[in-house]
Amino acid sequence: MTVFVIRRLLQAALVVLIMSLLVFGGVFLVGDPVEMLVADDADQAEREMMIKSMGLDLPFYLQYLRFIGNALQGDMGNSFVFQESAMHLIAERMPATFELAFAALFIAVVLGIPLGIYAGLNANSWISKTIMTSSILGFSLPTFWVGIMMILFFAVIMGWLPSSGRGDTVNVFGIPISLLTLDGLSHMLLPAVNLALFKLSMVIRLARAGTREVVHQDYIKFARAKGLSDTRIIGVHLFKNIMIPVVTVLGLEFGGLVAFSVVTETVFAWPGMGKLLIDSINFLDRPVIVAYLMFVVVLFVCINLIVDVLYSVLDPRVRLQEMKS
Amino acid sequence: MSDQATLEVRNLQTHFFTKAGVVKAVDDVSFSVGKGKILGLVGESGSGKTVTGFSILGLVDEPGRVVGGEILYRGENLVGASQERMRQLRGNNIAMIFQDPMMTLNPVLRIDTQMIEAIKAHQKVSDDEARQRCRDALGQVGIPAPEERLKSYPHQFSGGMRQRVAIAIALLNKPELIVADEPTTALDVTIQGQILYEVQKLCAETGTAMIWITHDLSVVAGLADEVAVMYAGRVVESGEVDGVLDAPQHPYTAGLIGSVPSRNARGKRLQQIPGMTPSLLNLPVGCAFKTRCSYSTPVCEAAPVLSEVAGGRQVRCHHPLATEAV
Repeated sequence: MTVFVIRRLLQAALVVLIMSLLVFGGVFLVGDPVEMLVADDADQAEREMMIKSMGLDLPFYLQYLRFIGNALQGDMGNSFVFQESAMHLIAERMPATFELAFAALFIAVVLGIPLGIYAGLNANSWISKTIMTSSILGFSLPTFWVGIMMILFFAVIMGWLPSSGRGDTVNVFGIPISLLTLDGLSHMLLPAVNLALFKLSMVIRLARAGTREVVHQDYIKFARAKGLSDTRIIGVHLFKNIMIPVVTVLGLEFGGLVAFSVVTETVFAWPGMGKLLIDSINFLDRPVIVAYLMFVVVLFVCINLIVDVLYSVLDPRVRLQEMKS
Repeated sequence: MSDQATLEVRNLQTHFFTKAGVVKAVDDVSFSVGKGKILGLVGESGSGKTVTGFSILGLVDEPGRVVGGEILYRGENLVGASQERMRQLRGNNIAMIFQDPMMTLNPVLRIDTQMIEAIKAHQKVSDDEARQRCRDALGQVGIPAPEERLKSYPHQFSGGMRQRVAIAIALLNKPELIVADEPTTALDVTIQGQILYEVQKLCAETGTAMIWITHDLSVVAGLADEVAVMYAGRVVESGEVDGVLDAPQHPYTAGLIGSVPSRNARGKRLQQIPGMTPSLLNLPVGCAFKTRCSYSTPVCEAAPVLSEVAGGRQVRCHHPLATEAV
């Protein structure tokens, strides 16, 4: 197991290194931040000074090496726009995004698994067919459109929920949390549901497919032959088996939730990392873009690692194979 | 009634309502099995043996349904019994062992979890007591070091060991009836021999009645007290095991016995029953076996009834073979 974890860590480091090159190179190619940042009436000397102060006069490989050197010391550079550390900017916005992503994940799991199991057990009932049809909608409707429609209906027409922002927050260990206030919750509901829709549909489909497969297995029939209650058969025997694929996919998708909450955050003006990214792209704020992308890369790598370990907890057969390796 | 049979099945009919039509998987099956007795239920694949077993436990899945007959467990009719009543009986009074030991244990749950839950589904006992009973049951079926084995997962057992665990689970609540659906088919013969021996001993010791579903006549010959031969969802012949196997009266039974390879007939062509099992969707009118039977005559267009020919011996045939011998 230790060997397995160490090997995975080395692989992860390599992935991060390669990604850093791609991200830095990619951003390097896009646009000229100087144009965006220098005042229109600046003269040539001022421009030169600006370029020099940002280190943009150096060749690519030197810029990259300098970036890596700083990054290894935890410094991703300062934002051109805010004149603040890029990591600090991201860290500041992170709680809002994570909160939103967790809320969305929670909705997807808590609603998705029971609905999926129900649809799997009663495949032919009209309720199941409704669930499955709705999940197709959840997959195919674009997030931004659904978000706008939700604002239109719940905020503008009905006036039930606020349309944007984060609402009141409570500081827990210095981190602002919206979940703990009623106002924060009401602000969070729409964006969280909006972000959850796609994952919810996916969880429903996974849970249903798993249920349909597992329910016909002999061990379920044997469990019934033992005289177990339906609650125990579904809650333990079926549940543990269908959770294997659900956990795998959800773990990977959590990274996606964080990284691609960009759309939802923009629609609902949620002050998270995604909105920061969009703003930074608009200003060509290179250090923030790079820092954000690197952060997402590291996040994905970590999640993959955790999923691998979790997987072996859920499925004893995986544990055995890893011991051997 | 003290000599009441543990289980009596009367004219059981289990049909599957598929899109292609009604499949009469079990159609008019009757037998009974008494305390401490073993009934062999014999037939080819698709003859309705397994469905009969599932019908007894109320485990027939959609689109199947028990549509007629009675299943009397100690006089109580299980056909139409409530779901909750069936749940109480299953695993407690009537246990079942499945065919494929690789598939019957849940791969993600430890053996102790799967055993203790079987006890706790029926009785309120402490964890320690339940665990003790699990250990005893594993020891009873010949699993060494039961304490450590309880903490294992199914994939850490071999097929034979898994089947022993499944049998141990069936024994946990000391059921009065065990339905064993080809439990040794997936095992190699030495393991099969051990398990048969233990099962036989167990029935004799505890008075558990058993229905042993199999297609293997040699197993039935050594194990069962009585035998019922099924063909296309019907019992075609039943009676004492020695009588039926030594002097079969139904041509199908005779064919089955004839097709068992024998050591004495080395080098000769193996006998077989000509033709295929008919589709249950589209059974021949009258006797279902007539298309494969060399004795069939126009009389066989009418369905034969199961009739008693001698003490306890029943045959469903217009042309029963001579009783003397084959």
